[in-house]
Amino acid sequence: MIKPQHLAGQFIAYSAFAVMIAYFASSPPYQHHPQESALVRLSLTHAGQRVGDCKERSPDELAKLPPNMRAKQNCGRERNQVTLEMDIDGKTVYSQTAKPAGLSGDGRSRFYDSREVPAGRHVIRARMRDGGKPDGFDYDEQVEVELAPRQVFVIDFDEEDKKLSFE
Amino acid sequence: MSNPIKSALRAGLFRVESGWDTLVGRESNPMYCLGAMSWFFFWVVGASGLYLFIPYDTSAARAWGSIEHISREQWYWGGMFRSLHRYASDAMVLTMMLHLLREWLMERYHGARWFAWFTGVPLIWMVFSSGITGYWLVWDELAQYLAIGTAEWLDWLGIFGQSIARNFITPAALTDRFFTLLIFIHIAVPLFLLFAMWIHILRINNVNTNPPRQLIIGTALMLVALSLLHPAQSHPAADLGKATAVLNPDWYFMALYPLYDKQGPAIAWTVSIGASVFLCLMPWMALRRKRRPAAVVSPPNCNGCGVCTFDCPFGAVVMRPRNDESGHAQIAVVQPDLCTSCGMCMASCNRTNPFLPHEEPRQTGIDIPDFTFDLIVKRISARSHGLVGDNRVLVLGCEHGAKLDHMKGPSVGVLELQCTGALPPSVIDYILNKDLADGVLVTACRPGECFYRLGPEWTELRLKGERVPKLRGAVPRERVKLSWAASTETKGLMTELAEFRVALAELPKQVRPESTKRRVAE
Ligand code: HEM
Ligand code: SF4
Ligand code: SF4
Repeated sequence: MIKPQHLAGQFIAYSAFAVMIAYFASSPPYQHHPQESALVRLSLTHAGQRVGDCKERSPDELAKLPPNMRAKQNCGRERNQVTLEMDIDGKTVYSQTAKPAGLSGDGRSRFYDSREVPAGRHVIRARMRDGGKPDGFDYDEQVEVELAPRQVFVIDFDEEDKKLSFE
Repeated sequence: MSNPIKSALRAGLFRVESGWDTLVGRESNPMYCLGAMSWFFFWVVGASGLYLFIPYDTSAARAWGSIEHISREQWYWGGMFRSLHRYASDAMVLTMMLHLLREWLMERYHGARWFAWFTGVPLIWMVFSSGITGYWLVWDELAQYLAIGTAEWLDWLGIFGQSIARNFITPAALTDRFFTLLIFIHIAVPLFLLFAMWIHILRINNVNTNPPRQLIIGTALMLVALSLLHPAQSHPAADLGKATAVLNPDWYFMALYPLYDKQGPAIAWTVSIGASVFLCLMPWMALRRKRRPAAVVSPPNCNGCGVCTFDCPFGAVVMRPRNDESGHAQIAVVQPDLCTSCGMCMASCNRTNPFLPHEEPRQTGIDIPDFTFDLIVKRISARSHGLVGDNRVLVLGCEHGAKLDHMKGPSVGVLELQCTGALPPSVIDYILNKDLADGVLVTACRPGECFYRLGPEWTELRLKGERVPKLRGAVPRERVKLSWAASTETKGLMTELAEFRVALAELPKQVRPESTKRRVAE
């Protein structure tokens, strides 16, 4: 049984326990992104162009292959690495080259970035190289946007229309 | 024994615990059963979680609304369960971390005891993943923050075929399937956790997974009151088109997230994996502490009674079938890997009795090589030799408790054992019977603060005659005193000793037959 002299002590101890739990369960508050900033998020997965062109196999070569693998063409599976750059208001803030995923280098290249920008008007430009050319970009798009506070502005690649997209 | 900072911290812990005892009573002090408290909170979380599963709507569009509905319309019932679920989880993190800290301070993690420590580390990860996925289910702004942060953090590893963070790029990308997966994880991880909690205590004998009833009732009432007075709230519903700004995180679960925000995934991974690996390796970093030799069974002296297996706190003694001429069906076998050399088995064996006819040195069924029963009896004789006065006292205690050396005097002899649990009650009988002293003061660490486990508990039950081996009923109880004293309570123990000696002086002198007068064995 609880002894009378412990009753008050228990009340204090349990209250302290409760306050301890309740307080740190939601306080102190934490400022993640500043209230007045917008967020530019870039999330993009894209498969680079194939490295080699396809070659026709000669009848000789075909005959050497097991019957279930006698495809007319021999295509390299390996893909080019992809380079992606982003400028905000004329300054390059992101520039990355990503290898294709997968052991045989035949997967997609992955890009991800998330950065705060002050709310207001910005010129955002993204460009991407997915072929074998050493310079120049295969895709290059630019928009001018008015970003509201806490707005999330997303840059992606639209695989259907084959262009960089902004939303 | 350990470094001075740790000793100071441990002394601080003992002071806090005894202060707390004074405030609430021993039975209601959670510090002695933090592991059991974590179990209790686990059950509360599990039960309230089962209930919450009913109203929860597993879809991106309606998840937030379904939780908000019970919190508002049903605050007295569904809302209360929600709050119980949250606060009991927080409490579990709190007691688990205190438990970790306390086991470390009490040096209960190395040597033969590595197993509980080592298997405790994954529990932290499981508790945290359960909590984070739970907050995620609410699908409010905090959930959005956790979802994106966690996904980015996991994506950095590059081991998942697809980017998880891409699921949270636009509202359109988020599917109901994802929430089904999430609730599956949120149920599966705690089930694994339960299994892992069971593994965690597998090697511990007489394990305590239930706090005292008082504490259960008090804590349950506290949680219910807290849930009604300060119910758990959601943030505004998640909106992937809107960046998260001011949040009220549950710091019990989310303390690492700001580190990720500020320092990026590489540092966050290094810290979390690094800390876990460090924790896992800690038992072996303490290896320079020398490990004492394990208990040894003496087959000719073991009659297979099995008492030592009940008393060993670590399940290190097991009974095995025996086929020899002894005529006994079983024999005790020590598993040296599990043995901490505490000596409680030695004290529990019915052969550990100084009155029995014996050879030199004295044998018993199970003994500790570096602190044998024979040594105990010889030291008892030596330490009582030359004591003068008619209130001579032998103080028997433990090297982890109060400093006994301070108590030595012309009429006071002391003997420190590795644990008071290693004191066979028959030795007390022997001391009084052979007139080696007029009284015996037995001291041990307070229950729950044993460097091993259960030493004080077994001692108390044996002296009260409630557990074998019992202190014989004929032993004059007014000449035997049991006093708890932590290492910080030497002064208090000295006061008790002085009082005991005053009481002894007032007792009528014991008359005993000439034949049992003092004999010196050494
Ligand atoms: C879900 C969280 C946990 C629960 C429910 C739990 C529960 C328990 C229980 C019930 C005991 C037995 C106490 C006794 O009867 O003496 C125990 C012992 C122990 N636990 Fe935990 N524990 C948890 C987490 C941890 C963690 C994170 C660590 C450290 C990394 C840890 C380390 C230990 C150690 C060292 C012992 C003592 C073993 C011994 O005395 O040899 N535990 N735990
Ligand atoms: S000394 Fe005996 S009681 Fe202690 S751990 Fe070893 S076998 Fe168990
Ligand atoms: S208590 Fe002694 S006699 Fe009994 S099983 Fe253990 S070692 Fe053998």
